[in-house]
Amino acid sequence: MLDSIATSIILNGDPYPLDADLPLTALLERLNMRRTRVAVEINHQIVPRARYDETIVRAGDHVEIINFVGGG
Amino acid sequence: MQDTSFELGGIEFHSRLIVGTGKYRDFAQTKAAVEASGAEIVTVAVRRVNITDRGKENLLDYLDPKRYQILPNTAGCFTADEAVRTCRLAREVGVGDLVKLEVIGDNRTLFPDVAATIEAARVLVKEGFKVMPYVTDDPVTCLRLQEIGCVAVMPLAAPIGSGLGIRNPFNLAIIIEQAKVPVIVDAGVGTASDAAEAMEFGCDGVLMNTAIAGAKDPLAMARAMKLAVEAGRLAFRAGRIERRLYATASSPLTGLIG
Repeated sequence: MLDSIATSIILNGDPYPLDADLPLTALLERLNMRRTRVAVEINHQIVPRARYDETIVRAGDHVEIINFVGGG
Repeated sequence: MQDTSFELGGIEFHSRLIVGTGKYRDFAQTKAAVEASGAEIVTVAVRRVNITDRGKENLLDYLDPKRYQILPNTAGCFTADEAVRTCRLAREVGVGDLVKLEVIGDNRTLFPDVAATIEAARVLVKEGFKVMPYVTDDPVTCLRLQEIGCVAVMPLAAPIGSGLGIRNPFNLAIIIEQAKVPVIVDAGVGTASDAAEAMEFGCDGVLMNTAIAGAKDPLAMARAMKLAVEAGRLAFRAGRIERRLYATASSPLTGLIG
């Protein structure tokens, strides 16, 4: 049972299960998010867009993904 | 009389109306209202993406960043740290360095926390952001923000979303007189005459959201605001007549019959 949540991250404040560590690019693809519309922080560090491929999301990471919404 | 353009952080703009994108029915209405307003700069908020609703459309699909200057705000931030973090994230989306800094000090009035705003502005300017701070209509605060290196100061006319219009025209006049950077009235506009009044005082621009989005017909109000800002600006440049207590006749006093 524990195997199914072997890897889990905190994504935008909530636990999010992952099968294994994976590149940030793959996470964004899985979430159906276009990289040109979002910005990402991992453990409070901004990840520049150019480093999405090489950045690995690991168990326990706190990941924040933001985008723009209507506001004044 | 051709209006002059104005500059914000090295970028030239022609429309002096900046509009928010909140509170609209949907993105299509947001887009239509922005178009009707003639605005070149639109503010947006920075929020966590919705993980569970993945197919969701994005605001930028409706407001092309190539056509509009996107101005991310720090709405909802109550500390300097939160505001700085929000700006850093916003910049990573790739719409430039221009940010609308707001650090809220009180939930009921949404008045800014001046000390925290100054603190955040200092950090952001050092990091190369072009900072447009939302501030109280306090001339000294505006002066400090200008000294720090903000590219504009944005005193409120009245509380955000209140529609009360310009509550302190005398402070606004002092702010404008002292300013070496553009002064943009941000928040509190209720209707077209408020926007025109701000421009007649000599403000460089007006920023609004609720006045348009909350109107019964947002598209019509967007156009009204466009015309009001243009009219107010033109009246300011034309130079208004002095106020007098007594009448001065408009028609000749000579050649009267009888």
